[in-house]
Order: sequence, then C-alpha cells, then structure tokens
Amino acid sequence: MAKVLMKGNEAIGEAAIRAGCLNYFGYPITPQSEIAEYLSRRMPEVNGMFLQAESEVAASYMIFGASAAGERVFTTSSSPGISLMSEAISYCAAAQCPAVFVNIMRGGPGLGGILPSQGDYFQATKGGGHGDYHLLVMAPNSVQEAVEMVMKAFPLAEKYRNPVIILGDGLIGQMMEPVEFPDHLVSTPSDKSSWATSGMATRKSTQRNLVRSLFLVGNSLEDNNRCLKAKYDQMKKEEIQCADYNIDTDYEALIVSYGTMSRVCRTAIDILKKEGIEVGMIRPQTLFPYPDAIVQKAAWKPSCRVVTSMELSMGQMVEDVERVVQGRRPVTWFGIAGGIVPAPEEIVDEMKRVLHAHQS
Amino acid sequence: MARVFQKPKSMTSAHTHYCPGCTHGIVHRLIAETIDELGIQDRTVGIAPVGCAVLAYHYFDCDFQEAAHGRAPAMATGIKRVRPDLLVFTYQGDGDLASIGMGEIIHAANRGEKFTAIFVNNTVYGMTGGQMAPTTMPNQKTTTSPAGRDVTNCGMPIKIAELISALQTPAYVTRQTVIKPKYIIKAKKAIRKAFEYQMAGTCFSLVEIVSTCPTNWGKTPLESIKWTETDLLPYYQLGDCKTPDA
Ligand SMILES: Cc1ncc(C[n+]2csc(CCOP(=O)(O)OP(=O)(O)O)c2C)c(N)n1
Ligand code: SF4
Repeated sequence: MAKVLMKGNEAIGEAAIRAGCLNYFGYPITPQSEIAEYLSRRMPEVNGMFLQAESEVAASYMIFGASAAGERVFTTSSSPGISLMSEAISYCAAAQCPAVFVNIMRGGPGLGGILPSQGDYFQATKGGGHGDYHLLVMAPNSVQEAVEMVMKAFPLAEKYRNPVIILGDGLIGQMMEPVEFPDHLVSTPSDKSSWATSGMATRKSTQRNLVRSLFLVGNSLEDNNRCLKAKYDQMKKEEIQCADYNIDTDYEALIVSYGTMSRVCRTAIDILKKEGIEVGMIRPQTLFPYPDAIVQKAAWKPSCRVVTSMELSMGQMVEDVERVVQGRRPVTWFGIAGGIVPAPEEIVDEMKRVLHAHQS
Repeated sequence: MARVFQKPKSMTSAHTHYCPGCTHGIVHRLIAETIDELGIQDRTVGIAPVGCAVLAYHYFDCDFQEAAHGRAPAMATGIKRVRPDLLVFTYQGDGDLASIGMGEIIHAANRGEKFTAIFVNNTVYGMTGGQMAPTTMPNQKTTTSPAGRDVTNCGMPIKIAELISALQTPAYVTRQTVIKPKYIIKAKKAIRKAFEYQMAGTCFSLVEIVSTCPTNWGKTPLESIKWTETDLLPYYQLGDCKTPDA
C-alpha cells in the first residue's frame, strides 16, 4: 500500500480499524482528542461503533464490558484520563480481558500541561491501578511505529488475555509523517468462546460463562495471581522488542531512551560521532516486558564507561536501567519534564559532561 | 405427584447467602422467572454489582459479568453497543447505583441504552455493614449516622426513579416493592415489561425495588416489612414514573 501523510493521532485511529477493531469508546482530552474526532467520522463508514462516554471512568468500563462480551475494543486518552481508567484496567487484568489502551502522554502530575512528556512510565509499567498486574507496554518513536504497535496490540492482548497499552507522547500524536498500514499486521480476532460472556446461544453452548475478578474461596485468588504471573513471565520470554543505534562501535557511553526522546538522542549521537566520540543507544520498544538482557549486555560492553537514561521525565526509566546494570557501570539520568523536547545539542553537552565525569 | 412449584430454570441450585428476611432473593427469583418466560436465558448477560449481590452469578444460570462498584451501567453500555442482540440487565444496590455509580446510571439512562437496570433500594450499604446511603431516610440510624441521618448535613434521600424520570430519554421507569405477595405480583409484571421493552428495542428501563435489610436495620424480618410499609413507602411511592406508551 502507498504511503499517506497522516497526523499521529489520526493514524492511530485508522490503525485500529485496519487491525480489525471496529469498537471505540473514549472521552476527549488534549493532546489526543483527534483520535476520537477521527473515529467519530470514520467508524460509521466501516460499520463500526463509536461512542463518546461521559468520562474516562465510564469509557474504560464500557471497554471492560465489551471485551468481556468477546469483542475487540479500544480506547485512547492522555495522562489524567489514564489515571481515571486505571481502576478498570486493573479489573480487566484481573478478569483476563483483552483490550487496547493508548496513552498519548502529556506533562503531569495533576493537570500538568498539554505538551509531550514521558511522565507516565511508572504508571504504565509498574501498575497504575491496584493489585498485582502488568500491562504489556509498547512505546513508539514515530507515527509509523505507532501504527504498527497499535495493529500488533490486538492479537497480543488476545494472546495473553491482558490489556495492552501504547505509550506515546504528545509529539507522536501531533506529528505528521508518511505512514503505511502493513497488510501482514491485519489479524483475525481469537476464539473467545471458552470464557467470554457472548451469550450461550452465540456459542451454541449450554454452559454459561462468567467474567469476574472477585476470588474469595480458598486459594482462588492466589491461583489467579499465579496464573497472571505466568503470563507476565511468558511475555518476558516472547514479547520483548528493542532497537539499537551505533551499537557496533566501541562506544564509550550508552544511552537508553525510548519514544520521542530517542529520536533526539539519535541526532545527538550523530553529532558526537563527527566529533570523534562514540555513543551507543538501546531503545526499548516494549517497556514491559523490559529488555533487561539487551540493556545489560550493551551496558557491560568493555568499552562502555557510563550508562545514561534519557527521558522526558524526572527520572523514571532510570530505575529499570539501574536494576539491570546491577552497579557494574555508573548509571546517570538526564531529563526534561516541563513539556519541552530538548535540542540534540543539550544531549551532546550532557554526554560530554558525563564522559568527562567518568574518565577511564 | 404433580409438581406445582419449582425453581426457575434460569436459577442454579446454589443456596443463597442472603440473610433471613432479605428481599434480594425474591428479586432474583422474579428476574429468573422473567428470563424463563421470555425464553432468553441463552442470550442474556447479567451484571452483578459490588454489594450484597456481588455473587448473584452463583444464583443465575446465564452469562454474567461482575462489575466494579457502581460501574455496571457502563459495562452494560459496552456490551449493548457491541452486541445489541444480547439482553443485558444490571442488578445494583443503592450505594452502587445512587452513590458511587450515579454518573454512570444517569448517562446510560440519558443515552437511552437498551438495557434493564434493576435497582434494589434497601436504604443502606448492606455488604459493608450498614453504613448510610444516599437513600437512607431522615433520622434513620446507620453505622455512619449513629444519631440518625441529619438532613441538614447530608441532604434528603434521593428518589432515584423520579430523578431518572426527569430526563427526557428514558422511557420506562417504575418503583415497586416485594415485601408482600400483592406487591410481588406487580413487581414481577414490571420486571417483565422492562425486559420486553428491551427485547423490542424500545427503551432504557429502570425498575427500582424498595427492599429490606433486616440485618443492618436491626429489625426482625417482620418488623422490616412493617417499617417498609409505614416509613419507606410513603416517601418512596410505588408505581410507574414513566412508561413508553404514555
Ligand atoms: C471503589 C470501591 N469503593 C468501596 C467499596 C466497598 N463497598 C463494597 S459494597 C459497598 C456498598 C454496597 O451497598 P449497596 O450498593 O447499597 O448494596 P447492598 O449491599 O445494600 O445490597 C461498598 C461501599 C468497593 N468495593 N469499591
Ligand atoms: S446485609 Fe442486608 S442486604 Fe445484605 S444480605 Fe443481609 S439483609 Fe440482605
């Protein structure tokens, strides 16, 4: 298919349709309202369903109800809205209902701002809602990658019967780039007849299905949590996605960065290279499961003296970087969290400073 | 020997966990009878609340989802929007529907979502030990209003059926009770009508049922019935607030 120029938000909406998801519930919030606006006109064209809910709380429970009834569904929001959805996300995880959530992050905490941010890393990767659960988290760094991640999200959510979240930042949503919607990422919904409340007649069954998250009897809660854990362990084995840059050199420092920030880092690495300084980069595309082994191996390369986590936050992913580097290299953090995306020169200066501070 | 009475097909044979004199069980039965009579067991999805009826799915033999506290109308909306052919009912208490879930029920009703809300109003939070609800009567003692509900502090009890009726969209809104056979017969008719309207795609419907909670009222089952008649029914008046035919 030929490439078309699209705004990130609209491309995300279209990607869901192309992936075979024709049901959307949502609530407007900057910087992602264009997704709802786009789908409000696009869904009727494809016989799909669009509903503007009264709140993110309601939208997320519409998602839960529709998913529990066995249909593909998705919603999109931005940081404050995702906070409101986190209760339902916890219920979806507990009741093992697949659904796709998109967070086009804006600055926080509180009402924060409407400009790009990566301040919801903890929320997405470590919980957000209550209880022992994880989301499968994918973080795109371009509109094309956002499209592909959205399309992949539906079969992944169904494979694991778990919510998947796409963690983009405001820039990904607002930027226009050429995109294509790869045919090979079109997927057929999985068979949900063993668990979904799709109506006994639909399944031609005399056995009713229950979707629930309350486990009172005996060890049932422990059993459910162990079942969830087994899925997260499987994700760690099978779903890690990661990219790298300038990694075949004898780099002196390693940057770990994702999303929009990683694009700035790329340019900075090019500038540093021209000045004779080699810096490598690992770019996690899945934030959960985190590419532990890949980051670790890259950090422990003999030539590498220091590892820097570059984020549009006040230091969140750096905790995962520290965890996997295990103290074998100094780990530093550089970040901006006021809605401004730094210029490559700021990254260049920071890497020089860091390398100077950690001489061999 | 001829069998003259039996449990509805749409109920399981589990024993309910409800307290003696609690009307939740009667309401369950009326819904199950309706499902049987309309022959819709295999395309019905119920939504259990958070409240004493959280385990309702142990007693109904049809597909069921368990909601978060107050969110059943949003879940029902989700199901109906993606599967309009299914018949969906929510079963909610007054803490669930009239307090934490007020937003969800109002907007679902106002959009005219084609599901049936069964609203069990027993004037207290039963499950959590009898705290005050938005429906608690003036001066009624609860564990969080030990001196009785002070309406200057907490406002007057909310009349949900009338409140929903004030919206233009919802078309079938009624208040019933199940404390005596004569009321039960009427309540059954109302529940059946609500499901029939849903089957015909006519409208959103809400059936409020004034119910008892002897345990948290500190009354015997008989006293509870009496108190419902003398104190609740004059305030929560029975009858249709709105019908689509009117
Ligand atoms: C978000 C959340 N807040 C509070 C609770 C605790 N809780 C459980 S049931 C309940 C009240 C139930 O009362 P009601 O809806 O009147 O139903 P009843 O038990 O009387 O049938 C509360 C507050 C909860 N489970 N979830
Ligand atoms: S606590 Fe009240 S509402 Fe709950 S089962 Fe007992 S009597 Fe019924």
